[in-house]
Amino acid sequence: MRASPKLMLLVAVGFAAACGGSPPPEEPAPEPAPAPAPPPPAPEPVDDSAERERMESERMAREAAERASAVSAELATMINFEYDQATVRPADQGTLDRKAAILSANPNVRLRVSGHADERGSDEYNLALGNRRAAAAKRYLENKGIEGSRVEVVSYGEERPLNPGSDESAYAQNRRDEFEVTAGADSIVAPQ
Amino acid sequence: MRRFLTIVAALAAAAPFVLPRSLQALAQDTSQVREGVRVGVEYQPGTRPGLVVLPGSGLDSARAIVRRDLDYTDRFEMVVVADAPSGGEGLGTSYGIYKTLGAELAVELVAAPGGLTARLHDLNASRVRNEQTMSLPASTDPGYRLEVHRIADEITRWASGTPGFAASRLLFVSGGRIYRVDSDGDQAIPITAAGGTALSPAWAPDGQRIAYTRLEAGRGGVVVHSLVSGAALVAPGSQTALNITPSFSPDGRTLAFAHSDEGGTDIFTSNIVDRCCAQRLTVGRYADNLSPTFSPDGRRIAFISTRAGPPQLYVMAANGTDQELLAPFDFGATGSSNGPEWSPDGANVVFHREVSRSPQLFLVDVAGRRVRQLTSSGRNEDPTWAPDGRHVAFVSDRSGRRQLWIIDIETGRVRQLATPGAARLPAWSRRLGRTAVATNP
Repeated sequence: MRASPKLMLLVAVGFAAACGGSPPPEEPAPEPAPAPAPPPPAPEPVDDSAERERMESERMAREAAERASAVSAELATMINFEYDQATVRPADQGTLDRKAAILSANPNVRLRVSGHADERGSDEYNLALGNRRAAAAKRYLENKGIEGSRVEVVSYGEERPLNPGSDESAYAQNRRDEFEVTAGADSIVAPQ
Repeated sequence: MRRFLTIVAALAAAAPFVLPRSLQALAQDTSQVREGVRVGVEYQPGTRPGLVVLPGSGLDSARAIVRRDLDYTDRFEMVVVADAPSGGEGLGTSYGIYKTLGAELAVELVAAPGGLTARLHDLNASRVRNEQTMSLPASTDPGYRLEVHRIADEITRWASGTPGFAASRLLFVSGGRIYRVDSDGDQAIPITAAGGTALSPAWAPDGQRIAYTRLEAGRGGVVVHSLVSGAALVAPGSQTALNITPSFSPDGRTLAFAHSDEGGTDIFTSNIVDRCCAQRLTVGRYADNLSPTFSPDGRRIAFISTRAGPPQLYVMAANGTDQELLAPFDFGATGSSNGPEWSPDGANVVFHREVSRSPQLFLVDVAGRRVRQLTSSGRNEDPTWAPDGRHVAFVSDRSGRRQLWIIDIETGRVRQLATPGAARLPAWSRRLGRTAVATNP
């Protein structure tokens, strides 16, 4: 009489377990039997509304993702500063206003602001200056009604230049605040 | 003229590649007066005695180290003799030769069991002024060079009344790591690991501990790092937010540092022996207060503050009271001032101040509040005092990239302290005791 393949498999597994997981020596384990074929699928309904629904929801998801991506990009837009200054420039107030609106519409979103300096000032003072620049953006957002605990302040001083050059244009780019979403990025929505 | 030539020869022998620039810088640093600030380098020609280190047999590396150390003190006109008769017991007959060459003092080093015997000859009096046999480990011993530097410092004391500063080391930052290097530029070794961002190293007075900022993701604690055990602990009160510019009190018990958070940057002290009791010394209200530096008696702290706009130099009692301006400035005209360090003799604070947006070294004398400018060519910043209170190491780009340089504030002589790569934020130790000899990180 021929042993059923299932039983052989169980025996083989049991043996392997007894051997601490290593396969039995010499004699190869028998191949497991192929799984029985699944029952034939139910015939598709002729109505294609489900397919249209699926495509519609995919489109909406895609558009939502694009909107979220645009919103996230808006949140990440940097602002720049004058030499040795930590005052938000009038030209950057709109950028911060849009961030405040997004943060208001997304109470779960948290932001990290990192302040940076150009290479000209004292290395150590630039850490304090970067800190002051990040804190200035945070205070601006707080004045627009954003809870302070949602905005974290850090500084890199002159240690992470955006542009490694040593000219006015590089300096202007390097005097900046960067903004990074640290929570709530997945479900972000555009403000109304 | 001969003396000048011998100085040139000594410089050329020590560091031929820096000679033209250092002479050029020396000339520039002393010839310009700007904006009513006196350029404070004064030459006192003729007041430095000619000194010769006698050639001899054996001890070649020790003799070369001592010769260079004595030269670097800037207290002697070094008389260089290449093929003169060897020293030793017969020196008396050679006094005349060295006097002819301009020497008034002669240093003689002869091997002795377990070390060497050093003699300082007074050539005018034709006698030995000082003589001492000193122990010296084998030249392969890790403490060998520092011990030779210590002998040079003692000879400097015999010859000038003030010990030298050769037995000391500097910390500096290169590529985000803290390095340690001997005062003559030898033996640069990294102390912190690669891949991090370490800044603002500072020495404890005992030479056995250092402190620095470890910057991580825009935040960072002040790490107190033992060079003896390798232990690294974050200083109390510096565990959160960003903490920068540490400085030890003269008794080594207190660490002052600046704590940056969204309320601004303020100076704190904490007890690093009992690891407790952070105390806030300044209340900035969105202004910055940073870069504390203790007076050598530990009673006062000079620091930088933006309370009146651009960063300037202030002073307060060590408990935070009696805060006042230290270095006068003209509002809207005087450039930003940063990087202060109180001199070992307590008389001056050295710092850098921007002149036409380029930092230059300045001194302010604490009693008279008079400011004088020490440099004027290139960017010169982040000064730190040598143990003799007369030399200052600083960062300069005069060679094209940020490197360490040393200026003698009495003669204006400038030389480069060679380091393997770009270097910044130097910190000079006090004279190192023997316990510091064999320590490695």
